[in-house]
Amino acid sequence: MAVIEHSGRSPQERLADMIGASGSGIRQIIPRLLFIVLLIGCSLMFLAPFAWLVSASLKVRSEVFGPEWIPDPIAWENYVKVWEAAPVLSWLRNSLLVGVLAALSVTISSALIAFGFSYFRFKGRDALFNLVLATMMLPGVVTMIPVFLIWDQLGLVNTLWPLWAGNLFGSAFYIFMIRQFYLGLPRELFEAARVDGASYFGLWRHVALPLTRNALIVVFVFEFKASWTDLVKPLIYLYNSDLFTLPRGLKALLDQFGQGGELQWEIILAASVIVTLPMIVIFFLGQRYFMEGIATSGLKG
Amino acid sequence: MTRLSRRERRVTLQQRERLAALAFISPWIIGFLVFTAGPMVASLVLSFTNYDVINPPKWVGLANYQRLIDDPRIELSLYNSFFYAALHVPLMMIVAMALALILNQVGRAAGFFRTVFYLPSVTPAVAVGTLWLWLLNPRVGLINRALALIGIDGPGWTTDPAWIKPGIVLMSLWSVGNTVILYLAALKNVPIELHEAAKIDGANPLQRFRHVTVPMISGTIFFTLIVNIISSLQVFTEVYTMFFGNMRSGTASSAGLFYNIYLFRQAFEFFRMGYASAMAWLLFIIIMILTFIQLRVSKRWVYYEGA
Repeated sequence: MAVIEHSGRSPQERLADMIGASGSGIRQIIPRLLFIVLLIGCSLMFLAPFAWLVSASLKVRSEVFGPEWIPDPIAWENYVKVWEAAPVLSWLRNSLLVGVLAALSVTISSALIAFGFSYFRFKGRDALFNLVLATMMLPGVVTMIPVFLIWDQLGLVNTLWPLWAGNLFGSAFYIFMIRQFYLGLPRELFEAARVDGASYFGLWRHVALPLTRNALIVVFVFEFKASWTDLVKPLIYLYNSDLFTLPRGLKALLDQFGQGGELQWEIILAASVIVTLPMIVIFFLGQRYFMEGIATSGLKG
Repeated sequence: MTRLSRRERRVTLQQRERLAALAFISPWIIGFLVFTAGPMVASLVLSFTNYDVINPPKWVGLANYQRLIDDPRIELSLYNSFFYAALHVPLMMIVAMALALILNQVGRAAGFFRTVFYLPSVTPAVAVGTLWLWLLNPRVGLINRALALIGIDGPGWTTDPAWIKPGIVLMSLWSVGNTVILYLAALKNVPIELHEAAKIDGANPLQRFRHVTVPMISGTIFFTLIVNIISSLQVFTEVYTMFFGNMRSGTASSAGLFYNIYLFRQAFEFFRMGYASAMAWLLFIIIMILTFIQLRVSKRWVYYEGA
């Protein structure tokens, strides 16, 4: 049935449907065409930098900044050169390790804390929760130096610990977000589980958690992205190049081979692709969670 | 008797609930004390000392705050950051709104275009800075080549002090994706009946945007305004990647010296922890004042449903 319906419509109609055009006739088609040109123009402006990056990363050194879009010859060896110039595999491993630990710890701890702020009613709860929200306004630089001194005292500077372990204590924005989801759960579910003898921890573990899986995935992908793209903490805490994450490594390559350095731009551009590509793959896999997360962040407004 | 024991039971239940709640919240309380409240006090105390991490802190009273006033690079970096924010915030909001309005008109293909506009936002900031260092290159960059096509001789985005900040703003507009998606979600929530009613009353599209759409999404606009002002005053990574580190170039180290970059260098390149702490508190106070003003002014123009 669906097939017949589909084939019954002309390609133009289907195209019109795709871009949301309704009706036909010249008077509607011309503005619609202008609109499509605008839309595609904007899209090209957003995509062109990516295309340039990939193309330039595959050019031989003398042509890196040439005007051609298709590299000729294609210099795959640029990627081999990155491999030889830097411990990229270590950087990748560090980025993955820190990203997973950061995302996992912030997801679990924020979910626990959010449950404390949503299921229970106790004196001072709302005041305390406002304090949670207020910490979001605090500029990071106010706490940056003493926090560095704490990790220094613990002897953990120049290890990967400071990059993720702070996440064990939850994060205001995610606590807020997960709490929104918990508040949407019908209270009878919890009452029923209580009658069946569930502990408070059991309520969270066996009722709240399974019902808000999506929210947890949103938090996980958001924090993974934040951790993957961060430069500030690796700049502050990591000195040995073996410990670098990918962004810190890319900055080091830029310092080494860029301006004032050895001017091997093809290495830097290939490294930029290596740093960017995994995030784009993850984005395509978890796209709907990203979109859901951004839409929720607007709820505060 | 029964009455008493029931009350007793209720009290213990209440106590148990409170203890359980405390247990759930305790990670946050510990984290707040150790990583937020404690460090805030510590950084305030540090701001009255000179501290280089190796030698013990030395009490200097208000000397660091006096230096904030005397140091010309404080004024310069504040000027740079505000200049950037003043260009970035309105442009970002206009571009994001325009793109959201376009996307809102697109039918089933909207998901695809939404992805296109969001892709730069998942690109690591270091890679964005590296990439744009070349897109903005005066001689060989894509931007000036595109401008040449329409007969414009592009400026020295990365070399001319007057054009470094506009170049950085241009780069920042590439990453509008987040705001676009927020606006798009808000636009989808505007009841269609309101538009139809306005149409019947003879309102043209521009009037409908001004008098229906904008008031209905004013909460979201306000949210993005506050968040973008706060974040644009703290820009660091892209600009640090482009112009600082080992490869600092003369002109950019002045025109591109943003407040947080100067702070970072004071703290972690020169190890002047006391002075950097005073800088952090100055920024904190500025942001608090700005936010307070916006909250006051917002009561006049932000519409909340049900409020």
